[in-house]
This record gives sequence, C-alpha cells and structure tokens, in this order.
Amino acid sequence: MTMEVEGGEGKGKTMLCLLTDPDGNPLGTPVNFPLNTEPQHLQQIVNQLRQNEERLPYAFYIADKELVESLGKFAEKNKISVEKVLHIVYQPQAVFRIRPVHRCSATIAGHTEAVLSVAFSPDGQQLASGSGDTTVRLWDLNTQTPLFTCTGHKNWVLAIAWSPDGKYLVSGSKAGELQCWDPRTGKPSGNPLIGHKKWITGISWEPVHLSAPCRRFVSASKDGDARIWDVTLRKSVVCLSGHTLAVTCVKWGGDGFIYTGSQDCTIKVWETTQGKLIRELKGHGHWVNSLTLSTEYILRTGAFDHTGKQYSSPEEMKQAALERYNKMKGNSPERLVSGSDDFTMFLWEPFLKKQPKTRMTGHQQPINHVCFSPDGQWIASASFDTSVKLWNGTTGKFVAAFRGHVGPVYQISWSADSRLLVSGSKDSTLKVWDIKARALKLDLPGHADEVFAVDWSPDGQKVASGGKDRVLKLWMG
Amino acid sequence: MPQGDYIDLHRKRYGYRPDHFERKRKKEARLVHKRSEIAQKALGIKGKMFAKKRYAEKALMKKTLMMHEESSTRRKVDDDVHEGSIPAYLLDRDTTTRAKILNNTIKQKRKEKAGKWEVPLPKVRPVAEDEMFKILRSGKRKTKQWKRMVTKATFVGPGFTRKPPKYERFIRPSGLRFTKSHVTHPELKATFNLEIIGVKKNPNGQMYTSLGVLTKGTIIEVNVSELGLVTPAGKVVWGKYAQVTNNPENDGCVNAVLLV
Repeated sequence: MTMEVEGGEGKGKTMLCLLTDPDGNPLGTPVNFPLNTEPQHLQQIVNQLRQNEERLPYAFYIADKELVESLGKFAEKNKISVEKVLHIVYQPQAVFRIRPVHRCSATIAGHTEAVLSVAFSPDGQQLASGSGDTTVRLWDLNTQTPLFTCTGHKNWVLAIAWSPDGKYLVSGSKAGELQCWDPRTGKPSGNPLIGHKKWITGISWEPVHLSAPCRRFVSASKDGDARIWDVTLRKSVVCLSGHTLAVTCVKWGGDGFIYTGSQDCTIKVWETTQGKLIRELKGHGHWVNSLTLSTEYILRTGAFDHTGKQYSSPEEMKQAALERYNKMKGNSPERLVSGSDDFTMFLWEPFLKKQPKTRMTGHQQPINHVCFSPDGQWIASASFDTSVKLWNGTTGKFVAAFRGHVGPVYQISWSADSRLLVSGSKDSTLKVWDIKARALKLDLPGHADEVFAVDWSPDGQKVASGGKDRVLKLWMG
Repeated sequence: MPQGDYIDLHRKRYGYRPDHFERKRKKEARLVHKRSEIAQKALGIKGKMFAKKRYAEKALMKKTLMMHEESSTRRKVDDDVHEGSIPAYLLDRDTTTRAKILNNTIKQKRKEKAGKWEVPLPKVRPVAEDEMFKILRSGKRKTKQWKRMVTKATFVGPGFTRKPPKYERFIRPSGLRFTKSHVTHPELKATFNLEIIGVKKNPNGQMYTSLGVLTKGTIIEVNVSELGLVTPAGKVVWGKYAQVTNNPENDGCVNAVLLV
C-alpha cells in the first residue's frame, strides 16, 4: 500500500510521525502522513510493518491521549506543531472482544448467610463462592444450579482461591484455618491446615510457570504473618513474619517474590525458598488495603486463555504459561500498585528500587480495591467515596473517574479484553464501565442488599456477584 | 478503762474460756441459718434493704466462682459463628448499620394516587387565619387593609421572585423562610439535615399549601440523595416525603420525620 506523501511545504498537508511501541522502540523511520489519516489506516500500516499474519487491532496514543479522529483534527485540537516529529505510541488491543453483560441470567440461592467471596476457576468452567454460613459452594455454570456444598470450616469463609491449573480450591476462614478442596468432587482433600492464630485475609497461589503442577500457596492473616503452605505435604513450609499488624493482602508475583501489604502501612517483599525479607516498601500513611500486580491476570489464569485450550500434562501447561507470561511482561519489570486508607495509591517497581514510582492521589475516602487490567495498560481503583478511578498502567497518571454509584464501591473486576470494567457496591448495584468511552455502559440492579464480591469469568461470558442478600447472581451478555 | 477493754484484759490475764473456740465455731455455723431466718421473716423496708444486700453478695460470690473455674489455657480463636457476616476487607472497620430502606416505588405511586397517606401525626391543631396572618395597613392614610403577612415559617423555592410590592397580597418575610430541615428516619433513629424540595400538603388548607407555609403536620418533600437509597430497579431515590413535627416559628428550625 503506498501512502501519498505530499511534499515539503507540507504545513497544511502532511505531518512527520514516528510510530513507537509501548516500550519506546521505534517501528520503522519517521514518515510523512497526510493529515486525514485515521486510526484504521495507521492500524494497517503497523500490521504491515510488523509483518503480522493476521490483522491485529491497535489503539494509538499521542502523549497519553488516544487518537480517535484523523491526525489533522487531533493536531488542531491539541495545537501540535507540525514542524517536529510526532511520536505515536501504538498499543496492541485484545484480539477478541468481550460482549458486555447486561442481564441477570440466574439468581441462585443456596447460601444461608451473606456471600463473602466469589471466584471463577482459571479456565472459566467452574465457579466457587465462600459465605458466612461457613460453607464453600461450587456452582454448575451450564445449568446454573448448585453443584457441591463443601462444609468443614468452623467460621465464616473469608477468602477463596483457585490454583492456576484449576486442580485445587483453597478457602480460608475466620477461625484461621485453611481447607483444600477437590473441585471435581467437592470433597476436602485432607485435613484443615492450622497455623494461623487469627482470621485469614487473603490467599495467593504460586504461578504455574514457576512450578507445575501447582503445589504452594501463601496465605495472609490478621495475626501479622503470612505462611507458605504446600498442598502435597499438607503443612506450612515457611512462615513470613515481620509485619507488626494485620497483613491485609498478599500476592505471589511472577518473578517469584511474595508481596504482602499490611495495616502497619508497609509492604514487604519476600523471597520464597527461605522466607527472607528482601525489601520493605514504605510510604503509605495508613493501612495498605489492596495490592495488584501488572501481570496479575496472567498469573491467575495460568496457561488458559481465551481460546479455551485444555492441557494434558503439567509440563505443557508450564511452558504455555511461561510463554504467556513473558509475552505479557515484555522487557519492563513487574509493576505493583497498592491502595491504602490514606486515600492514595502508590505505583512501585519493586524489582528495581524501594522508592515508589508515582503517587496517585484523588480519592476522597479509603481505597478498598485496586486492580490492573489484564493487558496491564490500566489501573482501576474502587473507593469508599463512591467513585471508581482509572489510571494509566505504566505511568500512574490519572485518566478518568467513573461516577454513578451512591454507596462505597467494594470490588471491581476487569473483562478479559480490558475494554470493560464491572464494579459492585454497597448500594446493591453493579455497574459496567466502558474504558474506551470512559463512561458508564450498563447498570445492573437486582441485588437486594450490599454486593460484597464480583468476578468476571476469564472467558468473558459471565459475571458472578454475591452479597449480603445471600444469593449468587450470574449475569450474561 | 473503756468498756470493751475489760474482756481483753481478762483474756490477757487468764486466757480464753475453755469452750471459747468451740462456742465460736458453732455460733458461726448457726449464723447461716440465722441469716436465712431473717431473710425470710424481715418485712417492709427492712426486708427490702436486706434482700438487696444479700443479692449483691450472691452476685459477687458467683463471679468469684466463675473466675476460679476459668482455665488458664488460652483459647486460640473465638469459636462462635456470629450473625451478620462481612468480608475480610470490612472486618476491622466499624460501619454504621443501616437498615435497608428499599422502597417499592409502585406501592408509593399507588398511595400517592389514592391521596391517602399513613402519617405519624394524623391530627393536628387547626391554625386559624388570624393566627396565621398579620394584617398590614397600607396606603397614604393607612386605611387599606388587604395585605397580609405570614407569621409562620414558609418555604419558597430557589427560583422565587417576589411579585411587585404594589400587588403582592401575601408577604412571606425572608427571616421566616427555611430551605433545610432536620429529618429523622424513624427506623434508623438518625437525623439528617436535608434540603426541602417543596411543600406537598398543609393540613390547614390548600391556600396554605400553595403559599408554602410550614406548620406542624405539613407534608414536605425532601432531597434524600445523600442517604444513598436505591430502588430494586436500580434507580437512585432522591426525593421522599416527610412530615413536620414541631412548630418551626417557635423553634427556628424545621424538624420532620421521614415517611417510609
């Protein structure tokens, strides 16, 4: 395809532009583009220059502003000089597009107390929920009915986590015990794991690209320490103590470190073989409520992706997961975002240094939940001030605020293509937000009481939400 | 020597009586029965006072027994499963428990149509016209008496502009105008300072409703958006009715109770 390059006087006709990828490497040389080039023309060019076999979608950003109309209009609006070379950053978008969920396909009752946590399995085929009635329930997504009820906990089930290969489900309760379940039969696989003295606040599995089949996971508790457990040995292998107050969240990073955020306002980075403290990230002024990693989605889904391919052997899974992880990570180090009660968030690069990269202010109430988008481009934060804010995933700059909820927003979840975001709040509604339009897409009312947990399935078909009204709602497109 | 010291002096010189300790022991043993007899036989105020003292002793004894029974082994966790389960991120926070006030808008609309409302104050004292209005004399010789000034609290909307003074019959002094009211939620027992949107009905007559007079028993519409109420359909409730419960012209503020 030939571009008509119109020559030199060029002020009203062409502009000199250089396409660069998200890491900053230029693609080709600076080219004169006519001012009426639209993003789809640029897409074709990028595809050609990169010699992609299939046409992949891209989004273009100039100085962090998205290019939606033609170059000429953009230049006029933002008063860009046509003398200098314009850097256009292209971001690959997900090839598949998730349809927004807009109807409640099922309201499944079953729990006798409030539903406290909801999680889809990494392949999106199974759904588990933990509740205040001390049971974990597994639900059948095809018939939308309860499948198994797993009893055995002594107090409320506060946290559940699927292993990235989908073989185990671990749940932690208010009594400080953890229980492993076999999701295919609903039976506990072994005795409860005792070790923590107070309730469990979070669970995170070791990524499958580091060890397959999945054996180890880390749990955080109010008693101030985090423990690494091995499901095959059925005991605690390492105890990470150091925090002086409750550990509120824990994440196992893709590079093999464990990040724990605590009420003592610090985040500690641990090494996993011996449980030694590597770094302490200080900066927050109040409790650290939530942590998120840029590769979190990949670590959660492991080797499974939107194609729905099943793997037969753990080695294959490990290989596939490693490929996906490296592709997602690229050359940049893993980024960590922490949301705190001091109304701010910090963007860290814990691999590189102890100081935060950016401080993200703007919220007016404690931040309850932060989440990176699956492609790592955006960060979303949910706060008690009823707003959800969107930030740039690499620089941490504020992008947009989503207002609409009338009560504190408790949890958020991204769709697999990073184009939609669902948020659940105390005002009993869920809202789906469109990232491209930076606006509310859909309202999902229907819950009778506060919504405590939301999750979007990795295949993007369904959203599950549970709350104080004791029913689990499944929403479909 | 003081009276009681003679006994002590005798004891010092000659020792205790031979049966002294046995008598003492038996007397103390009998005390229990004696006390019980007094407790049963004492009447009137004397009996009541004794019973009170005895009960206090009983409670104290029970407490000490419980304390001794408690084992010294520390229990790791609280075993009871409590009601009102909340997720981990809410556990260390004390959130105000709000009763769920999800109103059925259809029911409300039906009630509105019927014009019937169950109100907390069904009957109010009727306010006479001479109490409500003060006659203002106007004109060069102050003989014209067609102007009236409202002596009760009123609500005028935000876009209110007075009629030209030559033509206005009812004067609502700005000192008696109110925009906000202290609205109490009957179930939550919490009071909020909410903006008044309008006066729906004054029980003394439709003239007063149109003037916006706030007397005891008036139904007003208030802006409840700060309460964060949501209907089952997902819409945000921003206006609700409330009934005035005080005499605003005497208190200087409008107190109302929300009609749920």
